[in-house]
Amino acid sequence: MKIPAPDDAVLQRRAEIVEVLRQIVSGEGVIVSEAERRAYESDGLTAYRQLPMVVVLPSYVDQVAAVLRYCQKNGVKIVPRGAGTSLSGGALPLADAVLLGMAKFNRILDIDYDNRCIVAQPGVTNLAITQAVEKAGFYYAPDPSSQIACTIGGNVAENSGGVHCLKYGVTTNNVLGIEMVLMDGEVIRLGGKHIDAGGYDLLGVMTGSEGLLGVVTEVTVRILPTPTTARALLIGFARTEDAGKCVAAVIGAGIIPSGMEMMDRPAIHAAEAFVNVGYPLDVEALLIVELDGPAAEVEHLIDNVETIAGEHRATEIRLSRDEAERLAFWSGRKAAFPAVGRISPDYYCMDGTIPRARLAEVLSRIRGLSDRHGLAVANVFHAGDGNLHPLVLYDANKPGEVERAEAFGADILKLCVEVGGVLTGEHGVGIEKRDLMGTMFDESDLAHQQRLKCAFDPDGMLNPGKVFPQLHRCAELGRLHVHAGRLPFPDLPRF
Amino acid sequence: MRTDFTAEQLADPDIAASEKVLRNCTHCGFCTATCPTYVLLGDELDSPRGRIYLIKDMLASGERVTADTVKHIDRCLSCLSCMTTCPSGVNYMHLVDHARRWIEENYRRPWDERVLRIFLGTVLSRPLLFRLSLRCAAIAKPFSNFLPGRLAPLFALAPSSARPASPTDRPGVFAAAGERRMRVALLPGCAQKVLAPEINEATIRLLTRHGCEVVVAKGSGCCGSLTHHLGQQAPTLGFARANIDAWERERLASGLDAIVINASGCGTTVKDYGFMLREDRHYAEKAARIASLARDVTEVVETLGLSPPTLSAGAAKRRVAYHSACSMQHGQRLHAGPKALLAVAGFEPIDVPEGHLCCGSAGTYNLLQPEIATALRDRKLANIAGTRSDLVATGNIGCITQLAPGCDVPVVHTVELLDWATGGPAPKALSAG
Repeated sequence: MKIPAPDDAVLQRRAEIVEVLRQIVSGEGVIVSEAERRAYESDGLTAYRQLPMVVVLPSYVDQVAAVLRYCQKNGVKIVPRGAGTSLSGGALPLADAVLLGMAKFNRILDIDYDNRCIVAQPGVTNLAITQAVEKAGFYYAPDPSSQIACTIGGNVAENSGGVHCLKYGVTTNNVLGIEMVLMDGEVIRLGGKHIDAGGYDLLGVMTGSEGLLGVVTEVTVRILPTPTTARALLIGFARTEDAGKCVAAVIGAGIIPSGMEMMDRPAIHAAEAFVNVGYPLDVEALLIVELDGPAAEVEHLIDNVETIAGEHRATEIRLSRDEAERLAFWSGRKAAFPAVGRISPDYYCMDGTIPRARLAEVLSRIRGLSDRHGLAVANVFHAGDGNLHPLVLYDANKPGEVERAEAFGADILKLCVEVGGVLTGEHGVGIEKRDLMGTMFDESDLAHQQRLKCAFDPDGMLNPGKVFPQLHRCAELGRLHVHAGRLPFPDLPRF
Repeated sequence: MRTDFTAEQLADPDIAASEKVLRNCTHCGFCTATCPTYVLLGDELDSPRGRIYLIKDMLASGERVTADTVKHIDRCLSCLSCMTTCPSGVNYMHLVDHARRWIEENYRRPWDERVLRIFLGTVLSRPLLFRLSLRCAAIAKPFSNFLPGRLAPLFALAPSSARPASPTDRPGVFAAAGERRMRVALLPGCAQKVLAPEINEATIRLLTRHGCEVVVAKGSGCCGSLTHHLGQQAPTLGFARANIDAWERERLASGLDAIVINASGCGTTVKDYGFMLREDRHYAEKAARIASLARDVTEVVETLGLSPPTLSAGAAKRRVAYHSACSMQHGQRLHAGPKALLAVAGFEPIDVPEGHLCCGSAGTYNLLQPEIATALRDRKLANIAGTRSDLVATGNIGCITQLAPGCDVPVVHTVELLDWATGGPAPKALSAG
């Protein structure tokens, strides 16, 4: 994986840059020593590591604005970071960039039940938002598996999903407003406590922009009343293909579960070892299907799902008896990625989305790829919306395994696109899928996306090297012509 | 996680063990959110994931240990909240224990820190010395302003009077009331019996009442936690071996069904004796056996079954905020058991919000890192106040001394309540109020 070559001129000014940052953020908020910077060299995607030039941890919005303004004026790049749980390397540092950590922004600012929303600083964790309102009978719907640690600001940047997004939508469907700082230091607000703002949907543009357009400093999200009834079914299958077909059949029958997740045998065993909730260990695939709403509706839908599962040769069906057991069913699924750390020293988590009807076929082809690359794979994914998370198991201490894992992962994502899906469901493109963007978009598509980036950050200082496989200067995009598929500006650096 | 140790480094069994721990870490970051210092400071260097990185580099680089690295590892409370959160099963406890030892052996601290750490390790773990020091401290308190830097708070925190020794301090056998159902050794402990002798007294009354013969074995004393968390290897293993010898003698002579510990911080360490002495060929086997016999006092009472409460309904029916000590809930993974016992005893146990966060006591941490410890204590006290309870119960002396001075309601040990409910006297902290 190539990242933009560090700018020597910036590196030579490092001492001066550190000095200015220290004037903006005092005390331990500027991290300079190599031993300390080392801890920030990667995020949740450990296959890629890069020591940042300097780390700054501001506590106030005016400090963020001052850092960005200074960096813009002085040609210094910025990489924003929340809790550092990204699985696509979105917060991977650059050697010549300031790593801007937002973790000190960890306060909830306003809980507004009348408007059914909550206003939080970006470093508040996803789970903390639900915890702040659960006693009053509310919750925040998007629930990425890393919700215990990932921040709401990071959720906006990545347009994060989660198991309940099948029914309640991803982050973009639940965020009402943000405050953000542009690269020139200007602080702007988009949206508010209300639905829809006038003009273009800039909030929609920002959500999922992966830290390339601005730095979020405040987030307003919608909260929902906790459903009166929610029950989860564990459904085991002796054949993975049957599980895949069952998923398609449930959706095809017009049922929208609040979550429909699937795990294969290695993932089931790893998760069970951590949570001990009684997942069946003798099945090839396990579905967790949750239905929520009024009790009568939930009971009716449970009957329907059980019938469909039976028609697809389910070998075991278990219904959660109470709320504690429902949460226990989910606990294993939520911890499944890192729990795989118990069976493999390293894993590479993929994130592609496919049309649901192709699930069974894709799973069987992934098994074929696993044999070909000689690396095991554990499958944990949001089956209901076709969002796959195959975990490629490898050992980073063995020479060549990282590269093999990457090649395997790339093949999986290409397969997703080939069957009519997309490169990412919820983890973002980041550095991880950057070079595969060409599989999905042609040069013209990519150039138009970059023109949007130019409107926010004309000098390309925010999180460069992520998302786009080719670096364009904004002025060049203004007169971009694509002719007969020929690459424009072939002299521009590709990395 | 990728590691870069050489074959030569891995020949060191401690490095080999830590390498295994490091390899389990997938860098997912789940641990950061439940780490008290990260919650307060918002810097990954003050989170488990950051510290794991610092430790990895410190052990692997072979270079001089830097003050920066020491600062962040020193700030770790060893509360082990991260281990409860970690889905990958990273044994952070063994890793940070190793790191503390490594720092102690390879890094020269400023002189006042050295004095303080030697003082804490030497005095707190020896009851006679500790009692004497408290008496001196009471006299010296007015002069504490003349002490340099880190030494002054020591005196500020010293209680104004030392308590006399309890009859339960001396080695001896306390017979079971009625039919003997179990024979157990009680860890006599060190600082606890000086600060709150009533805890051992209540434990012995409670256990004997439930058919336990309780032995305070000659030669047993401090479990070694205090020095262990200061990275002082030699005295730690000395304490461990002394206890193992004392309990093995007792086991071989008259049999032992369990070793009972009533301070959860100590329990976490005794349960780890097997690992701590794994490379000692004379002690490895004995240490593993002793560790497997170690139980928190509430585990033993659960096994025996709490007898029906004799307290009048009015005296019981109290709302008890149950403060789950970190060493109890994270170190020993005991959480529901003690609460269930309180309920059986007739109390109404209440969970404290943010219950997974440490109160800042953490052994000698409140003396070594007063700023962070105080911030955590105040946060805990505010959460406790929010429960509107009549009293607070916990299973660790460190938490009691940390919380009691600032708490509006009495803070007592869980066994004091269980003892009271089944026929013992009311806890001292209650009768005093």
